[in-house]
Amino acid sequence: MRIRKHHLFWPLAMLAALLLFNLIYSPDFFSLQVRGGHLYGSLIDILNFGSPLMLVAIGMTLVIATGGIDLSVGSVVAIAGAMACLTISKGSDQGSLGLVLSAVGLSLVLSLALGLWNGLLVSGVGMQPIIATLILMVAGRGIAQLITSGQIITVTSDSYGYIGSGSLAGLPFSIFLVAAVFAAAGLLTRRTALGLFIEAVGRNPAASRLAGIRSRYVLLAVYLFCGLCAGIAGLILSSNVSSADGNNAGLWYELDAILAVVIGGTSLTGGRFYLTGTVIGALIIQTLTTTIYMIGVPPEITLVVKAFVVLVVCLVQSEAFRQALVRRWKTRHYPAEREAAKHAS
Amino acid sequence: MKKSGKLGALLVLSSMMLVSAACGGNNEGGSSSSPSQEASKSPSASAPASVSPSESASESASASPSAAGKKISLGFAQVGAESGWRTANTESIKSSAAEAGFDLKFSDAQQKQENQIKAIRSYIQQKVDVIAFSPVVESGWDTVLKEAKDAGIPVILTDRAVDSKDDSLYVTFIGSDFVEEGRRAGDWLVEQYKDASEDVNIVELQGTTGSAPANDRKAGFAEKIAANPHLKIIASQTGDFTRAKGKEVMQSFLKAHKKIDVLYAHNDDMALGAIQAIEAAGLKPGVDIKIISVDAVKDGMTAASEGKINFIVECNPLLGPQLMQAVNDVVAGKEIPKRIVTEEGTFTSEQAKEALPNRKY
Repeated sequence: MRIRKHHLFWPLAMLAALLLFNLIYSPDFFSLQVRGGHLYGSLIDILNFGSPLMLVAIGMTLVIATGGIDLSVGSVVAIAGAMACLTISKGSDQGSLGLVLSAVGLSLVLSLALGLWNGLLVSGVGMQPIIATLILMVAGRGIAQLITSGQIITVTSDSYGYIGSGSLAGLPFSIFLVAAVFAAAGLLTRRTALGLFIEAVGRNPAASRLAGIRSRYVLLAVYLFCGLCAGIAGLILSSNVSSADGNNAGLWYELDAILAVVIGGTSLTGGRFYLTGTVIGALIIQTLTTTIYMIGVPPEITLVVKAFVVLVVCLVQSEAFRQALVRRWKTRHYPAEREAAKHAS
Repeated sequence: MKKSGKLGALLVLSSMMLVSAACGGNNEGGSSSSPSQEASKSPSASAPASVSPSESASESASASPSAAGKKISLGFAQVGAESGWRTANTESIKSSAAEAGFDLKFSDAQQKQENQIKAIRSYIQQKVDVIAFSPVVESGWDTVLKEAKDAGIPVILTDRAVDSKDDSLYVTFIGSDFVEEGRRAGDWLVEQYKDASEDVNIVELQGTTGSAPANDRKAGFAEKIAANPHLKIIASQTGDFTRAKGKEVMQSFLKAHKKIDVLYAHNDDMALGAIQAIEAAGLKPGVDIKIISVDAVKDGMTAASEGKINFIVECNPLLGPQLMQAVNDVVAGKEIPKRIVTEEGTFTSEQAKEALPNRKY
């Protein structure tokens, strides 16, 4: 418990620092009101808009834990949203629950199939994960545009809109989806041996195979799960704006997800993973984005500001950097120190 | 629709006239390309279909792609099919080319410059009469345009400009004037709030940072609202021309600023996303917050007809008829202006309601 706390300390501290900055800069940031039966405020926005990223990042964490990487998540996000919106827009009664459920089911099955494709390329064919998923990253955007015929498909279905913008017990519904997926992933990996298997495969595939782990199936499972997470994220994103945009939905999501995983403390070399850290990492990214909008950073330099904060976050998290800082501080010299020392002796 | 039909008929008529003129004028059809190139340099050489016999003789000696009676061939390299706007643009070009009786060779570059360059090169090899294209990006066109110029094929730019110092590389640029669109949006706002005695807080959703429409629409708008010191842009942030970003940024704006009177979005999609954010905040879009948008695509017009968008400046994708007219003029050797601005309107909510059933896109 102590070690765990220690591990989460820096990500949490960074999140707290960002929130503290907001508290000082605009105290309204933390105000929560009840409007139209649900809570309303910046914190709720962060949870709502951050939920797709949290989902994708949770899936990504397990893939990275096996020493792999999944670059195709952004495309899967686009495909899932496109598929769901297409199915709903084809239906006669867009509001009917049956239609929405079948659309959701269809796109989740599709995203599982895409995850399976990645998994087979990595575990079956033995391709490098970065190349294997790069294929789907590039081709997937094309598939999404094929599904939408290059158009933005708008749907007018309240039941579909509920996934991304509805609220349950005053909180955004999407956050409950994240909680469910997070709980499932946590239980499966920490309460069964699966987590150990994943870490073993990530640390040393050959040794884990000799120890009797079917590493192929483990790999297949993590890519399947990552595809599913990206699919759910795609549903949330597209339902939030009630439309599917094959071109822009989930663009560069893979990079944000990888960043969230890294901020959370998971090493890109695999063999160790921290799901809670990942969620906090995703929250840091989303809080940063919202903060930038709130304080009115000019759009031309937004990316620079973001890069700077991310750099600070990563440096602060680095053990070596912190120790170097501490050493410098302890052995600091004053301008006249040497002279003073001469006189003293 | 009516208008384009009429224009189309006009085009058919004028192309027929051209063919007959070419027949009379010593088999002059083959000289389609080079006179137009000269036309852009010296106005004296721009007499239509009445080129001196010696010149036309030398021209018809070279392999002529469209001898008299043959169709005019037009190679069009489209950007892609990234939005409803673009699809309407493509449809307009295809249908008006068919109406004008041109032989249209169409290619879709899928948002990649290299594909477009390939397409243009293949048009040069096929010796089409005119090449038209919408450049994906602004720079990097000099080489391929030089090749077209050397082959004597006139090039027409549509919708987007190229960033080239040598403007003899293309005949004309047909497209919207983004600055003017911004000005029109600004004009409407100034008119609406001309009696304002207190500050009007405006938030702006910009397009993709650095893109021409975003820069120009911002500049044109700022230029006009400067007339009234009460009109103040209190926040301006990019929404990347997408609904999702438009919604996210607008939600932050709503939290960061207590009083927002006007939203100016650089395209309809961002406005549509922002409308959802405004509704989620329990406000009425179009009433509590006035919304101005640019583009007038179908979803935007629908929102306008419901009163959620107060004013839309059209960015017309239906530039097919104007393009065909220009092609005809170029082939006929007429001098045409270097810049042709597309015909565009503006819509208030009421006008949007009336216009909506007749919209093509």
